[in-house]
Formats: sequence, structure tokens, C-alpha cells
Amino acid sequence: MSDGDLSSKYVLQTAGFDARFPNTNQTRHCWQNYTDYFKCVAAKGEDFAPCKQFKRAYHSLCPNEWVSKWDEQRDNGTFPASLEP
Amino acid sequence: MLQNFSIFNTIYNDAPQPWQLGFQDSAAPAFTGIVDLHNIIFFYLIVICVGVFWVLGSIMYYFNTKNSPIVHKYLNHGTLIELIWTITPALILTVIAFPSFRLLYLLDEVTSPTITIKVIGHQWYWSYEYSDYVTDSGQSVEFDSYMIPESDLELGQFRLLDVDNKMIIPVDCHIRLIITGADVIHSFAVPSLGVKIDATPGRLNQSSILAERTGTFYGQCSEICGVWHGFMPIAVEAVSVQDYLAWIDSV
Ligand SMILES: [Cu+2]
Repeated sequence: MSDGDLSSKYVLQTAGFDARFPNTNQTRHCWQNYTDYFKCVAAKGEDFAPCKQFKRAYHSLCPNEWVSKWDEQRDNGTFPASLEP
Repeated sequence: MLQNFSIFNTIYNDAPQPWQLGFQDSAAPAFTGIVDLHNIIFFYLIVICVGVFWVLGSIMYYFNTKNSPIVHKYLNHGTLIELIWTITPALILTVIAFPSFRLLYLLDEVTSPTITIKVIGHQWYWSYEYSDYVTDSGQSVEFDSYMIPESDLELGQFRLLDVDNKMIIPVDCHIRLIITGADVIHSFAVPSLGVKIDATPGRLNQSSILAERTGTFYGQCSEICGVWHGFMPIAVEAVSVQDYLAWIDSV
């Protein structure tokens, strides 16, 4: 694969600075994007493009183990926060 | 062309040497800043040491009991000298605090990162996750990084430092690290990139690195985490952006 193909396939981009989370501790930055994504989906539906932003951000910031644990809790109805929009 | 002559070709020290006292060669602005601050403070430290030992030596030499048997008569009290040796160190410490805090806050800054890498400390290995490219179908890149045991070392590999899967980063890109622990507290440290930050379970710590040149940089877990604490090294390989994309594509 040539370089041009690769750089269009993988865009070097990640969740930006968020003024709500200016500290070293980014735990809430991850959590906020995770809950915001599912709130967004609940309000606007899976296909609503602006929701994807939250999804990309929580994937970039949250350890995969945390994401799968939270996904499981949502399936079981034991997720410790309301995802109502 | 000039690189062909060995005197124009810098060879960097990117691994610790036996009995090494100094720093490794810097590969990031953060570490250059740390080394510079150290060197500047060390200069004044030597000046102060020479001054203190000069005074101490002179007193012992000129005012011992044999030379001046009643010197204690004048050694009871001296307001002026006490003021001087109290206020001067206080001023010196204040002056040192300014560049020190400046550096501290510069290191804390995460400048608009191009990629985010999640670093997770386990008993006793590190694992890395690259999830910026997760699309609806796309998979997150994640792998474990174990130390290569001494019996499996190949020629040129470093004992207790080389790993099976290195963390690959592109040069000249601001990289956000999200560091956490899976079981106990570890600490992610790479001297030549100027990072050392705790990997605490349940908490995500953020740090930033910028590699200024290609190469492989080594570090070790820096928070006692159990029996094999000393055997979970960190190896970071900085490559060109093209090579980085090719690597991401291949894993
Ligand atoms: Cu450890």
C-alpha cells in the first residue's frame, strides 16, 4: 500500500483538549464522553452523525476493559448512571 | 553526505550504561528542560558548596584551640551573621523556585495531541491501546509488552530492558498518554522522553510526549508493584510518520 493510501485511511486525529478537564486526571473526561454518547444516541438515534464525536472520544480515552465493563452493565441494566437524554 | 564521516554522525546514548552517573541523551523537549534545570541548579550548588567549605575550613584552620585559646569568648552570638546565613539561603531557594515551577507547568501542558495512546500497567507487564482509528467495523490496536527473558536475548538486545512488543510512536507528533493500572499502582517512566507518571487503578492520568528523533528509548516501572516489579521494562520506538502508519496498518 502506498503512503498516500495509508494517510487517508488513518487520519492522525484524536480527542482534543477539553476545558472541563484541564488536569492530569482524565478519568471524568473518558466517563463524560461515554455517557454523552449513549445519551446522544437515546435522543437522536444511532445514525445521528454528531454523536460519533463522543464515540471516537471515549474510544480514544477509555481503556478497552472499562468500555467492555460499562457495555456489559448497560446490557444488564446495572450501569450506575442515567442515560436518559 | 556529511553523515558518512563518523565525526559528523552523532551516536546517541539511548540505554543506560553500567555505573552511569549522568543522564541519557535527550530525545524530547521535556527531558532537555529537565537536564538544563538540573545543570543550572548544579552550578550554583557547587558555588555554594565551595563557599561553605571554604568558611568551614578557614574557621577550623585559624581558630582552633591551639591558635586562639579563648575564641569561644567571641563565639556566643552574632546577630548580623545569623541574619545573613538565614536570609541568603531563603533568597536562593526562592530564586530556584521560579525556573523549577515554570518547567513543572510546561511539562503538565498537553498541547493539541495528534494521537492518544493508552498505557496500562499490569502485574507484571505493560499493555498499550491505540484506539483513535476505531470505526464502526474497525478494531482497536492493543497488545501486551513483556520483557524478553535473559535466555531468549539476541545479540544487541538489552538485558532487563528489551521487550517483545515495543510501543511505537511517530516522531515530531504531540502524543497524549492516558496511563492507568489494572491491578496495583505502577509508574510509567521513560527518562529520555522526560515522562514519569503513576499508573493508578481506577484513575486515568494524562501526560504528553514528543519524540524529536527516531530511536528506541527505554524505561522501567518506577513504583514498587510486586515481585517482578524489576522485570516489566518499557521500550518506546520512535519512527517516521510513514513507518508508523505502515505499522498501524500491519497490526
Ligand atoms: Cu509495575
